[in-house]
Amino acid sequence: MGLSAPPFSLLDFIAAKHSRIRTVATMILVPGRSKKQGTSLNKGKLKEEYLTVTTTAEMNERDMRRLKLSNGDKIRLKSDVGQAVVTCMGKKEEDLPSGMIFIPYGPSSSQLMGSDTAASGMPMSKHMEVEVTKVGS
Amino acid sequence: MPQASKTRPKESKNLKIVKDATCTFCGCVCDDMELTVDLDEHRITKAKNACVLGRAWFYEHTLEDRPVVLIDGKEATLEEGMDEAAQILVDAKFPITYGLSDCPCEAQRVAVDIMDTINGNIDTTTSVCHGPSGMAFQGVGESTATLGEIKNRADLVIYWGGNPAESHPRHFTRYAVTPKGMFIPNGKKDRTVVLIDVRKTPSTPVADIFVQVKPGKDFELLWALRALVKGKKISEDIEEQTGVSREILDDLVQRMKNCQFGVLFMGMGLTMTRGRHFNSGAVYSLAADLNEFTHFVAKPVRGHGNVTGADNVVAWQTGYPFGVNFNRGYPRFNPGEFTTSDVLARGEADAAMIVASDPASNFAKKAIAHLEKIPVISMDVKETHTTRLSRVRFAVATYGINTGGTVYRMDDVPISLRPAFDSPFPTDQEVLEGICQRVKKLLSGKKARVAA
Repeated sequence: MGLSAPPFSLLDFIAAKHSRIRTVATMILVPGRSKKQGTSLNKGKLKEEYLTVTTTAEMNERDMRRLKLSNGDKIRLKSDVGQAVVTCMGKKEEDLPSGMIFIPYGPSSSQLMGSDTAASGMPMSKHMEVEVTKVGS
Repeated sequence: MPQASKTRPKESKNLKIVKDATCTFCGCVCDDMELTVDLDEHRITKAKNACVLGRAWFYEHTLEDRPVVLIDGKEATLEEGMDEAAQILVDAKFPITYGLSDCPCEAQRVAVDIMDTINGNIDTTTSVCHGPSGMAFQGVGESTATLGEIKNRADLVIYWGGNPAESHPRHFTRYAVTPKGMFIPNGKKDRTVVLIDVRKTPSTPVADIFVQVKPGKDFELLWALRALVKGKKISEDIEEQTGVSREILDDLVQRMKNCQFGVLFMGMGLTMTRGRHFNSGAVYSLAADLNEFTHFVAKPVRGHGNVTGADNVVAWQTGYPFGVNFNRGYPRFNPGEFTTSDVLARGEADAAMIVASDPASNFAKKAIAHLEKIPVISMDVKETHTTRLSRVRFAVATYGINTGGTVYRMDDVPISLRPAFDSPFPTDQEVLEGICQRVKKLLSGKKARVAA
């Protein structure tokens, strides 16, 4: 067993589509649960630990090199409806596909989420297209 | 007041043991907790059998030093808070209530009563969780089972769009992967576990097979699987479309058709992304299709401790599970119209009662902006973004730790709560009952006015 799909580079496709330069990229943001988000939630959503967890985004290390980013750099994520500045952390290339950013659910991911629910009640909370820009170290 | 600590808290000698207590942090609602309670410090110092999330839940819910009621930021009595809340709700033309997934069924029932009385709008966190699965459920039905049946029988377990290792840690160990069952005597050795997701997660190592699907292509992959199960042709470029090869799909289809008892667990990776209820509907349909060959079920993996109870209570009281509106004097259900995110984003609600939820943090900007403009009543065990913007805020006791009551596990099995220690704060149910009585008194038995 142990079958898995071959890797694919969403970033290459999107970068070609948008003709972006190397320090700005359009990527897919996938907010979700994480263990730290769950434990810090119990301490309090206004506490520093929760705020730190929910403002730390994971990115494929290859994409980080491409965008000249290092662990701990601040990046601006900008969607059609809002923006958020978060801290960037690298994730092994085999663990997170190129072109994808993961961030634990929280106020930052909500800022980027559109309100349209397509008559379902559910805003598009995952798979958001965001523009990524380095804003500081 | 005691401060929450990162590690297991120290104990005094005045201890109490609560056996078979229930953890209400997530939808697993594990009811095999053995809690050690420090009665002097009013806190739980040991939670045997709890997962990492459960331990945080039990250790961090202590008695915080907060006023029971704040009105416009000023301390008030419980009675004044309930008076003010009732007046806000009665004065509103389009009052809404939202949340309710982290309180017992007994409190949820009162919230429905209030909204029924004032012709309001009631919705739960289901609408931004598995609401799309609820819609799909109504459309195509559900081949279902309890987690107990799954533990005892399932030899093929598929997780799609979920990461239980981080969101429901004991789902693997208590219900679906490692436990030995009546017909699964060797536990995990007798099961094949498949994980389908857009990325590798801490859940991936648990799986025998990991299938990585392109983001937003779940529906296409599900529909291809349905076609293959039925022996139909599928597009030759399926790998290009979904990121999954034909070889993997064929292998998966054979495993699904040849298992003794298969289960598809769906996470919010399906409901929160492109396709939403169509994705859930495809999962339910795939499970139904597979019953031509074997026994197959599909279940959503639910998040909050009593979100399933909220669905059940709202459904048995109104006929619909979430997104219910009483403006015309009778219940109407229409996701997209009466779901809270939409009602707020369109600027329709003119008062909101938020119970055990934090929409001011979790909703879209437009919805939060409207929430900031209208009078909000909130009930929560901790301070949140929502309590901070509320005109009337109630600090309440923690369900399952300070209060009893009934909750529903994610497989719709009701479970009773065994509280660990008393709280000076009122319960959600007490506050809601106080508001309900006042609302009915203010209306003198009449129904509230109906919004245009």
